[in-house]
Amino acid sequence: MAKQLLKGNEAIAEAAIRAGVEAYFGYPITPQTELLEYMAKRMVELGRVFLQAESELAAINMVYGAACTGARVMTSSSSPGISLMQEGLSYIAGSEVPCVIVNVMRGGPGLGNIAPSQGDYFQAVKFGGHGDFHPIVLAPSTVQEAIDLTVLAFDLAEKYRTIVYLLLDGTIGQMMEPAELPPMQPLRRERPAWALTGAQGRPKNIISSIYLVPEELEAFNRKLQAKLDLIRANEVRYEEMDVDDAEVVVVAFGTAGRIAKSAIKAARANGIKAGLLRPITLWPFPEERISHLADNVDAFLVVEMNAGQMLEDVRLAVSGQVPVRFYNRMGGVIPLPDEILGAIQSIHDQIRVTRPVFHVEGF
Amino acid sequence: MDDGRRTRDNGHEEIVFQRPRALSDVVTHYCPGCTHGIAHRLIAEVIDELGIQERTIGVAPVGCAVFAYNYFDLDFAEAAHGRAPAMAVGIKRVLPDRVVFTYQGDGDLAAIGTAEIIHAATRGENITTIFINNAIYGMTGGQMAPTTLPGQKTTSTPFGRDVELAGLPIRMAELLATLDGSAYVVRRSLHDARAVNAAKKAIKTAFQVQLAGLGFSMVELLSSCPTNWGLTPVEALAWVRDHMLPYYPLGDYKVLDEVKRLT
Repeated sequence: MAKQLLKGNEAIAEAAIRAGVEAYFGYPITPQTELLEYMAKRMVELGRVFLQAESELAAINMVYGAACTGARVMTSSSSPGISLMQEGLSYIAGSEVPCVIVNVMRGGPGLGNIAPSQGDYFQAVKFGGHGDFHPIVLAPSTVQEAIDLTVLAFDLAEKYRTIVYLLLDGTIGQMMEPAELPPMQPLRRERPAWALTGAQGRPKNIISSIYLVPEELEAFNRKLQAKLDLIRANEVRYEEMDVDDAEVVVVAFGTAGRIAKSAIKAARANGIKAGLLRPITLWPFPEERISHLADNVDAFLVVEMNAGQMLEDVRLAVSGQVPVRFYNRMGGVIPLPDEILGAIQSIHDQIRVTRPVFHVEGF
Repeated sequence: MDDGRRTRDNGHEEIVFQRPRALSDVVTHYCPGCTHGIAHRLIAEVIDELGIQERTIGVAPVGCAVFAYNYFDLDFAEAAHGRAPAMAVGIKRVLPDRVVFTYQGDGDLAAIGTAEIIHAATRGENITTIFINNAIYGMTGGQMAPTTLPGQKTTSTPFGRDVELAGLPIRMAELLATLDGSAYVVRRSLHDARAVNAAKKAIKTAFQVQLAGLGFSMVELLSSCPTNWGLTPVEALAWVRDHMLPYYPLGDYKVLDEVKRLT
């Protein structure tokens, strides 16, 4: 299929349709509304389920209900709306039904603004709902990657019976880029054995997240954690650029990761051996790869459009082996390549000054 | 368990009473004298009579009926507090040929889940809701519900519900009846045998409304909570009759003409 000029939000919607999404429930909120509007037209044309809910609270519980039937279901929203969905997401996690959540992040906290931000990293990666859980979190940096990860999201959600987030910021949602859509998959008609379809010719199925006996809830939690361990072992994804001989490795995701590429090229042109590690899965996080890189690099620079959320996971992975520095913009401000280049140069200069010293402070 | 078999004088055995197929053969956790058991039985009898057990999906609430999924022999989901209508909508939209119902109490439906029930009704969602109104939060131990009567003592209105402080009760059947998407909205009671028979008839009509695709149907059932009211089961039924009926009049608040032609 040839490349077309596609807007991020609409490309995700069409990719979901081609991946066989049977039902979409959502509520308007900037900067993801085009996704809902696209679904309002295309899902109805195709005879699939589209419903504009009365709130994000209702939308996520409609997703929960539809997911209980074993159908491919999704919702999309932006930061404040995703906050409202956290209750439902916890129940979905606790009953192990698959679904896909798209969060086109905007500036916060509170009403914040509608400009691009990465402020919901903690909410997605550490899980904003109550209880112990991690959803799979996929972070695209281009429209093409958003399309590819949307298709992957449905497969992973079903494979592990889990929540998969597509976590992007308003930049990727709103920008247009040439990209290629996947082929249209036929809708699956068969339902999984656990689904609620009416107890015809089989014992009844119950989908619930309640385990009143503490030992039973503990056993369920152990089972859930074992599943998460399996995801950790199998589903880590990241992109690297110029890390083999790098002295400074930038770690950045999504839009920040994409901008960092320009800064790294400029740094290389200036004779600084810089490289990039861009996590594609924010959970599971590429902690082993970062820990391994820490054996060979002089320092890491984390670049984010938030106050330093992924920074904590990078620090955990590096575990004090080398300095981890941070550059950020917040409130919907996008970091420019020159700013990141300046941060790379600054850390590089400090490394040269402090290299003979074994104990490095101030980073 | 008593399987309902009785031997007649002429030696022939006949079944005069038995557990509906749509009820599971288990002991419930409900308190003695609580009318949840009656409501469950009526729903199960209706499901049996309509022959829809194998295509009915229930959605349980948070509240005393949180374990309803254990008591019905049906596919069941357990919703978050108040969100049963949204969950039922998600199920019904994907599987429109199944029968989907929610079973909700007054805290669930009339407080925390008000938005979900109103919008399910106003969209004319083709689902059925059984609404248990016992004027109190049972599961958490007897706090004020949105339907608690003025002056009624609860653990969170220890001096009686002072409407100046706590506001006035809400009448959900009357409220939902004003919405164009509602096809069938009625209030019945479970305080005596005659009322129970009328309640069963209404529950059957509500499911028939869904089977005919006419839109949203709800049966509100005035129910007793002897434990949290501090009354014996018999006193509690009398309390429903003497105190709840005057505030929550029984009646048909919305019955579409198409529904009248059904029955």
